[in-house]
Amino acid sequence: MPNRLETYFDRLERTRVWKSIFRSGTGSSTLHNALAIQQNLFLHLFPTKVRKRMVSLSATWYLGTLTLGTFFILVGTGVVLMLYYHPSVPQAYSDVKDLRFVVSSGLFLRNLHRWSAHAMVFLAFAHMFRVFYRGAYRAPREFNWVVGVILLLVTLLLSYTGYLLPWDQLAFWAITVGTNISSAVPLVGDKIRFLLLGGHQVNANALLRFYVLHTVILPLSAVLFLAVHFWRIRKDGGLYVRQSEPGNVENSAQPASEEKKQS
Amino acid sequence: MTPPRDFTAEVSSDMRVSQRRVLFVTRRTSSQVRAYEEERVQTFPEVLIRALLAVECLFLGLVLMSLFFNAPLEGIANPTNTPNPAKAPWYFLGLQEMLHYFPPVVAGVLIPGLLVISLIVIPYFDINIEAQGLFLKNRAQRLRLSMILCLALIVFLAVFDVYVALVPTAIVAFFLLLAAYSSPQSSSRFRSYLAQRPVSWWIMTWFLFQLIVLTAVGTFFRGPGWSWVLPWRS
Repeated sequence: MPNRLETYFDRLERTRVWKSIFRSGTGSSTLHNALAIQQNLFLHLFPTKVRKRMVSLSATWYLGTLTLGTFFILVGTGVVLMLYYHPSVPQAYSDVKDLRFVVSSGLFLRNLHRWSAHAMVFLAFAHMFRVFYRGAYRAPREFNWVVGVILLLVTLLLSYTGYLLPWDQLAFWAITVGTNISSAVPLVGDKIRFLLLGGHQVNANALLRFYVLHTVILPLSAVLFLAVHFWRIRKDGGLYVRQSEPGNVENSAQPASEEKKQS
Repeated sequence: MTPPRDFTAEVSSDMRVSQRRVLFVTRRTSSQVRAYEEERVQTFPEVLIRALLAVECLFLGLVLMSLFFNAPLEGIANPTNTPNPAKAPWYFLGLQEMLHYFPPVVAGVLIPGLLVISLIVIPYFDINIEAQGLFLKNRAQRLRLSMILCLALIVFLAVFDVYVALVPTAIVAFFLLLAAYSSPQSSSRFRSYLAQRPVSWWIMTWFLFQLIVLTAVGTFFRGPGWSWVLPWRS
């Protein structure tokens, strides 16, 4: 059976339609595999080859990949949740209640969205500390580290703006506590708070603003910075771990020729 | 091979595959370029399949979690009824803890602002490019300086009663002291490890430690009026 499947797949790959979509052509040679990455709009952000030792689990723990994974899960579940949600008071709360008790699998959807959001914040932090301790932030990767810090802030804001949307006590007071802090900014604090909330209190205007931030502005900026983040991996020379201590560089890479060490 | 010179440059045959070379700045400030040949794998299919597998495992874990644990949902928002304590999401509890001790302009603006700025400047701050252990050079002087800094921080935290942040600081100060009296050749692997940590490692580890302690305290040990409660006695 698998043989039959393979022939079907081979035949599919040779059709004109397939070839018009995937231009890398048939075959699994190094060239074809490289073209599969290079000729794809989404994949061309990545390098066509990766250092073998960077693929092992111990090198990165796949923390960046997993953070991206949670982002995909969040976009998927988030879009479906949007179908059942009105950003208005008090409709928002009853919508979330309906998700729990009326909508089929609504409870599961919301659970998955919520836990993935927590996971994404945790993984983004873990990824940052991992990159730091492996020394992978150093030149020429300085700017990608900065993009990473921006992405961490976007992640925190995404999670925080989503916190208000259920419009329950937990949401209302967490946002009240948080936005009160912003009024402590010297000179412009109250203005910032007003801008965020669309008023002087957490009310229906605030819910609408947080909804727009959560579903449009912040996801779009996340996608934008994610694209830069991945593209820069390739431009900065691929995934690479530079241990914080040079002594360990010797262990992880083999010199091309025996060279006498100056010590 | 010719005897070591001040500057050695080598280009290996895979020049077209990998143009990146590791540059070593030696102690005599002359540079040395070494060529490495590294084995590489194709992104498609090897790396992508692994990434997909990793994400699928995570997805499976999250699905299981979502089946067994429900997301919290309390009563409808009521501006006239303030819950006690009103807690921020867990990743902001460290800041909320600071807000308990310091005025909002310090805890809510100055501390997070400085944190973000210091995170951004980390890679541009390469004074110790060799990542040498903190106490491997000028030990007495550096020990004195670091102990004065730790002590000043501890006194500052004690004045404001921030014992939650003081304890981790004191623990890090203890390990700094241990590192100063250890050497890379130490028979204990832990002490040899500590002795080789550069200053950036110490700062980041102190920050990580604080982050974990403050978040855990905020999540589990804070009750009405931000008082200290034990999670198992509610």
